[in-house]
Amino acid sequence: MGNALEWIGSKLYTGLVWFEYCAKHPIFGCRLCGTCKLHDLGLTCPMTCPKQLRNGPCGGVRANGHCEVKPEMECRWVRIERRARKYWPKSWWHPRHINPPVRWDLQATSSWLNYLYNVDKHKEEYEEIKAKQQ
Amino acid sequence: MAIGNLQAVAESGAFLVTSEIGPPKGADPDAVRKAARVMKGCVDAVNLTDNQTAVVRISSVAAAVLVQQEGVEAVVQMTVRDRNRIALQSDVLGLAALGIKNVVCMSGDHPCNGNHPAAKPVYDLDSITWLQTVVQMTRDGKFQCGEEMKKKPELFVGAVENPFAPPYEYRPIRLGKKVDAGARYIQTQCAFDLDYLRRFMADVVKLGLHEQVKILVGITPMKSAKMARHMQTNVPGLQVPEAVCRRMEAAADPKEEGLAIAVETIHAVREIPGVAGIHLMPVMWEDVVPLVVERAGLLPRPTVEIATTA
Repeated sequence: MGNALEWIGSKLYTGLVWFEYCAKHPIFGCRLCGTCKLHDLGLTCPMTCPKQLRNGPCGGVRANGHCEVKPEMECRWVRIERRARKYWPKSWWHPRHINPPVRWDLQATSSWLNYLYNVDKHKEEYEEIKAKQQ
Repeated sequence: MAIGNLQAVAESGAFLVTSEIGPPKGADPDAVRKAARVMKGCVDAVNLTDNQTAVVRISSVAAAVLVQQEGVEAVVQMTVRDRNRIALQSDVLGLAALGIKNVVCMSGDHPCNGNHPAAKPVYDLDSITWLQTVVQMTRDGKFQCGEEMKKKPELFVGAVENPFAPPYEYRPIRLGKKVDAGARYIQTQCAFDLDYLRRFMADVVKLGLHEQVKILVGITPMKSAKMARHMQTNVPGLQVPEAVCRRMEAAADPKEEGLAIAVETIHAVREIPGVAGIHLMPVMWEDVVPLVVERAGLLPRPTVEIATTA
């Protein structure tokens, strides 16, 4: 299996990153972290949380479910939990799975290619989830 | 084998009492020392906050050393707000080398409401992956990257939880994540509205988490009616019932009333299944700690012999 990161710098790769950003930023507020979690977290980007929390809400969520930093925004984790619990297939929503920390060396790389080539190590994560469920 | 006093008391099964000191906004060691002397003998360990509300203060590690020089065991709070994983792990090695026994991992208040709102919020790790990292360091002797270290730090590692903020159904599950990550004790946000706490604890007991982790409920004695109103309206993540505010406003001696409310809350909290202790958070009112602990009938504190691992 090839390494998706070898193509960084090529025009095609830069174009793909641009395309990914243009597709995901207007809808989800994509920050190009390179390790996309949208599919695991009820189509809500945890990187749009002011604290970029990937493992649950902080202690400062307002009583109306909004963010303490941006009072006009619904807490990302209130939204993740609500959407995932309501609309997500049970096989996708693992509320107690610990998401690994962001890999900042993958910032501004294509998360789609990182997923395809398992650069983000999601396969190991899913195996861990499977092992826990058994 | 217990690493320090807090772990020894926790393992003895006694009801735990911890407290908190907010280091001063200036290089004055006496404020910390004085607060530590007040609390000596009435608590099992004292937390040192890490630049709380994102305001620059004496570092929690330095303040912890001052507190331990006064003969009180320190719990160092470490937030992921200001340091990336390299600095955080380096500080863990440093504080263990200085003889500190306890660490609490948390995400920390956002800089937006602090005295440097233009600061870069780091949040390289989140509270749970940070907790995982410290546990990996203390248990396996490995850094976050997987590399081994020569001498592993010996620490009793804890975390925090807030049962009083949404999403309420998710909070016990998040606590479960922290238990899975290796937390040994949990300190909660200040409890005023016990209905939220009862619902939270019922779910925690259902998940069996209270058997894996010691849960210390946060208690804040209020100094004035103004403080009660401020906490009710301006502090996100707190639930202060209207009845408590009214009671504070109607009181002839608000300080005495605040103390009475704190003691009543402690008695009520002890009745909730799964609660293993209390964590006193006297905001700028350290002198009240001995009074609260005494009136709640939690004195004298157990003295447990600590086995030295050397």
